[in-house]
Amino acid sequence: MSDALTMEALARLVPVGSRVLDLGCGDGAMLDHLQRTRGCTGYGIEIDDANVLACVQRGVNVIQLNLDEGLALFGDQSFDVVLQIDTLQHLRNAETMLRETARVGRIGIVAFPNFAHWPNRLSVLLGRMPVTRRLPYQWYDTPNIRVGTLADFDALARKNELLIKDAFGLEQGRALRWMPNARASTAVFVFTR
Amino acid sequence: MHFAAALPLQSGASIRDYDLSFETYGQLNAARSNAVLVCHALNASHHVAGVYAGQDKSEGWWDTMIGPGKPVDTDRFFVIGVNNLGSCFGSTGPMHINPDTGLVYGADFPVVTVEDWVDAQARLLDALGIETLAAVMGGSLGGMQALGWALQYPQRVRHAVIVASAPNLTAENIAFNEVARRAIVTDPDFHGGHFYAQGVVPKRGLRIARMIGHITYLSDDVMNEKFGRQLRHAVLGAGAGDYKYSTQDVEFQIESYLRYQGDKFAEYFDANTYLLITRALDYFDPARAFGGDLSRALARATAKFLLVSFCTDWRFAPARSREIVKALLDNRRDLSYAEIDAPHGHDAFLLDDPRYLGVVRSYFDSISRELEGAA
Repeated sequence: MSDALTMEALARLVPVGSRVLDLGCGDGAMLDHLQRTRGCTGYGIEIDDANVLACVQRGVNVIQLNLDEGLALFGDQSFDVVLQIDTLQHLRNAETMLRETARVGRIGIVAFPNFAHWPNRLSVLLGRMPVTRRLPYQWYDTPNIRVGTLADFDALARKNELLIKDAFGLEQGRALRWMPNARASTAVFVFTR
Repeated sequence: MHFAAALPLQSGASIRDYDLSFETYGQLNAARSNAVLVCHALNASHHVAGVYAGQDKSEGWWDTMIGPGKPVDTDRFFVIGVNNLGSCFGSTGPMHINPDTGLVYGADFPVVTVEDWVDAQARLLDALGIETLAAVMGGSLGGMQALGWALQYPQRVRHAVIVASAPNLTAENIAFNEVARRAIVTDPDFHGGHFYAQGVVPKRGLRIARMIGHITYLSDDVMNEKFGRQLRHAVLGAGAGDYKYSTQDVEFQIESYLRYQGDKFAEYFDANTYLLITRALDYFDPARAFGGDLSRALARATAKFLLVSFCTDWRFAPARSREIVKALLDNRRDLSYAEIDAPHGHDAFLLDDPRYLGVVRSYFDSISRELEGAA
């Protein structure tokens, strides 16, 4: 999700001057953006060598870590915001990491591809897994080991007694609040413990 | 460079009238802001990069990392390599004359610590007219010195680059050092550390010390890949690959390799230096004065940090680097940390893995941009 509109829409959720932990920060573009435009500080977490290198090249603090090993390095409520942008779908222990996100950050922000977006539903109805701009992989060759919907995440957050501050769909950088589970390719949640 | 004034040491002793050997590469800029101090580990020296004219195989020990166009680019940075006190590559060490007695120091050379080395290096920088380092860097024991710099002279260090290092040694690590030391001390040629007067060198002890060290610097995988169960005479083409059924001859290729490394080392390294430097490793423990709390110990550090570890390094394992990462995070310091999946064990920090060199290069590029921004 390097799309500039999406990035800007998500960045607006981060309070100015926040100390941010970006789980699965990719090439560091989001943190770089937050540092330059919103006076934020923080660290990215990445497992991939090329992404770690890209972060260092940008001058973004990055810590190479496998998120499936947990967030033991980080203290309770030690960040203003913990981001999981297009990260959840790659995590083996997505639920644990959700709880960890809420433990480490005062605010958690999660964004992930919404599988209930209507083109995906249509595709499954026609008997095939979707291949779209947002989910561009064949079912047998995808890094997305978790597929879920906006409604699914809502249930998981409630099960973990998280306080959902905001939830909406995102499409072309625009927030969708009416029937987002069907209309948006990206689900966004803002929550606290 | 000669230093007449006594340097107080952590032990309470002091050392006076000592020399430090150093080399520099590149040009110090007008603002004197582009200096990078490189700290060496156990068996290295001030000769960090480049070759000596007319001398084959005289590459500096970190020549893959440092030089014109290299990750630490000497076209942009003024790099300083310094040989530590007690070492055996030109700086004052146990093989030199003690000005108090007129005799060779030998075993009487004062015990020096990482902190003492940092103090001595700081005096060298004073003499060179360098107040602030763009970066201090080192691997292994050199990384401990870089961390020491960030704690002892926080205002003089902008960046600390710590590779394959640890906040202290584990019991197992001290144990390896102790085996090496016992090998040296129990060599009949050691003479209680005063072997210079006897005209002998405790080479047997040094060889064994080096052999055990070498085993711990490699990974099981890389050793298997390099040597496996290859037989020495088969490698030489001298047989059909049958066992010799000898307990004392070199049978396997790994034995030959270790013996060769041991022999080579015993030719140039000083036995008392080996004892001193392994002790400095053992003693380093900045958290000790803070009840073992590394986070409190690192509160003094204000530098930005780059840490690198290697997945197969079991002598200075990634978990030890992560302890430093955690303590820095607790103090909200700027840092990046790369964990390189290289197969070569501890030795990886001296090798040319492109991911490792790429991260260091990018980090120094960003330091360079900072310097340009400040100019």
